[in-house]
Amino acid sequence: MDAEILARIQFALTICFHYIYPPISIGLGVILVIMEGMYMKTKNIRYHRITKFWVKVFALTFAVGVATGIVMEFQFGTNWATYSRYVGDVFGSPLAAEGVFAFFLESGFLAILVFGWDKVKPRTHFISTMMVALGAHLSALWIIVANSWMQTPTGFHIVQEGIMTRAEITDFWAVVFNPSTLERVSHTLSGAWLTGAFLVLSISAYYFTKKKHLDLAKSSMKIAIVVAAFASMFQLFTGHLSASQVAATQPAKLAAFEGHYETAPADLYLVGWVDEANNKTYGIKLPGMLSFLIFGNTYTPVAGLNEFAPGDRPPVNIVFQAYHAMVAIGMLIILLAYLGVFYWWRGKLENVKWFHHVMMWSFLLPQISNQIGWMAAEIGRQPWIVYGYLRTKDAISKTVDSGEIVFSLIMFTLIHILLLALFIFLLIRKVKQGPDGDNSENDNPEQQLQFAE
Amino acid sequence: MFEGIDLNFIWFVLIAFLFIGYAVLDGFDLGVGTLHLFTNDDSERRVLLNAIGPVWDGNEVWLVTGGGALFAAFPHAYATVFSGFYIPFMILLFAIIFRAVSIEFRSKSESKQWRHTWDVAFSISSVLIALLMGVALGNIIIGVPIQANFELRTTLFSLLTPYPVLVGITTVALFAMHGAIYATTKTEGELKAKLRKWANTSMIAFIVLYVLTTIGTVIFVPSMFKNFSNSVFLYLVPLISILAIINIPIQLNRGKEFRAFISSCVAIATLLVLFAIGIFPNIVPATIAENSLTIYNASSSHKTLGVMLIIALIGMPLVITYTSIIYWIFRGKVKLDKSSY
Repeated sequence: MDAEILARIQFALTICFHYIYPPISIGLGVILVIMEGMYMKTKNIRYHRITKFWVKVFALTFAVGVATGIVMEFQFGTNWATYSRYVGDVFGSPLAAEGVFAFFLESGFLAILVFGWDKVKPRTHFISTMMVALGAHLSALWIIVANSWMQTPTGFHIVQEGIMTRAEITDFWAVVFNPSTLERVSHTLSGAWLTGAFLVLSISAYYFTKKKHLDLAKSSMKIAIVVAAFASMFQLFTGHLSASQVAATQPAKLAAFEGHYETAPADLYLVGWVDEANNKTYGIKLPGMLSFLIFGNTYTPVAGLNEFAPGDRPPVNIVFQAYHAMVAIGMLIILLAYLGVFYWWRGKLENVKWFHHVMMWSFLLPQISNQIGWMAAEIGRQPWIVYGYLRTKDAISKTVDSGEIVFSLIMFTLIHILLLALFIFLLIRKVKQGPDGDNSENDNPEQQLQFAE
Repeated sequence: MFEGIDLNFIWFVLIAFLFIGYAVLDGFDLGVGTLHLFTNDDSERRVLLNAIGPVWDGNEVWLVTGGGALFAAFPHAYATVFSGFYIPFMILLFAIIFRAVSIEFRSKSESKQWRHTWDVAFSISSVLIALLMGVALGNIIIGVPIQANFELRTTLFSLLTPYPVLVGITTVALFAMHGAIYATTKTEGELKAKLRKWANTSMIAFIVLYVLTTIGTVIFVPSMFKNFSNSVFLYLVPLISILAIINIPIQLNRGKEFRAFISSCVAIATLLVLFAIGIFPNIVPATIAENSLTIYNASSSHKTLGVMLIIALIGMPLVITYTSIIYWIFRGKVKLDKSSY
């Protein structure tokens, strides 16, 4: 295999594994703020206990997230040196801003969040929790500013030529608020909130099925349902905004989402298959619906893939499938979140066994849709690394040969599998242990309350 | 914005500041890791880990931010060095990953085998990180074979020549000393007595290696001293450096560990300032002088450097403020409790 493919596989592999953890941190961060906020407001020791439990889950996730994330900060230089030279003037600033504004905040206050329970006043601890959550969100903001600039580059001009060609900033705020930033940040964040919320839902549901730590499970599940109900609707809304945005700025990507070849009023597929050899898409579709979603009517034509030279098109079927699976899972997430709301409303949250068994595994849904949503976005941008300006094949490091990448790729694969296995093992262990100081098989919330007072 | 101001120079200083911050702060984490296996006692190992527990993660952010700032301010330096040092850099990344997770994972099980495995991973990766960083620094001092098109190609073995390896080993000893002194400020009793001994041993090792490195620099890389002819004030840096190093055993003997730690911080900082003065105005000196990456030919545009300066001026005072607060909150001796590693 040539160096380009290997470098791409390595980047995909490292980012996919890395992106298992940060969405949990972001979503769990929000939930921790709510839980500890409830404790500050009610002074109910129950919220204190559950916050402490989820902080441990957060700390474990954060550690693996940091470990896998450091690679990302440097991989642009190691494997994408030509890209780094070309975009450094524009792309480096958000990355540096992420370090200065987000990473320091997150990792600094994490110390108080995890180790500071007995060292600072409750209020200071709560502020620290908020700072950690804020840091996680700012981190997402800056890295998606950088990524969105690759999707919809603005605020720069191209200078020099030959090997010295590069993009230089003309307007910093136009880079930060490029046409897709807000849509993509909000869509990514709602995905992350769902990831955290569904992890909490899954673990709480597990406790219900085992009839253990019911106090923790009940309070946690309710908070997570609130977050999931809000985030899943916000996800739908920002998803729609993102798709309309792609239609306006990245027509080839949009056409690949729906396997749309001829420029004509466009259909929306529910399921389908793209025959890339014959430029045809088969499946069950809603006629004119894509045009309707973008333009508000069913007859406005949408640019098809045939408008683009074969060398300028992304791989179609994989983008199509990833996009459609993401949307389908998104709908399933909404359904589950509102089933939770329904059972809570009916006062049955603790009794519906089938729901607990389903929810136990529901943490996988946001994880999968995060991964495939990003695949649709990133593969859909191909063959460009900076849309319309720099091709992925022209962006790799010239001095790194495929043998070297094979070495690092094998190492990364082994390390990431090992880390994921250990993460799962330790998470399950922590879940089985339950919260500290709670060895009862079936704890009694009334007793806990009395103890608190 | 910032018309007529040499932002390239300012960014050279700021990036030096970030990497010095990293070396001073994560230096003691790496040092504690280096010494970790010298005690066999589980609770002593836990005390050592918890001495760095609340801060190591934040300390590592200095490296990540330094890398990001290098990318933003001097993209050619970022691209050339990281692609040019590919294999050693990958090994460095693997070590950083293992070190980070071993700290977190170790405490998650009581099993002896489990803890021993992560202790070894933690210690080896700490030594390896210090060594590789020193070797990289040594190679940059002697210059690397950058071509006219800014590209650099090396192999692991072409980088492992005597002078860089000497710098690497010196770095390991320096951080071990730094970590031992830091840990004495955080511990009591028997462990503290052990740490004082390790501090002395690693200090002697460091001073011997430091003298050898200096002799090596005078003989092999006399160009590192050329900038000192520009201003007599620059001689203050080596002077402070030497005074700080001499002060370390004096303060240790008096039992003033915190002062010894500050001296050790000053020593690391001044050594890196010496390095920066030595290579200036290059960021990465090349074996063929005209191919060197300088603060001018490797930099981003004036505009970007200006934007970045504003980001730094807003962000860094905040970072320094709350980092200081967090160090203040976690001052004093380590006490193991439920939330400890």
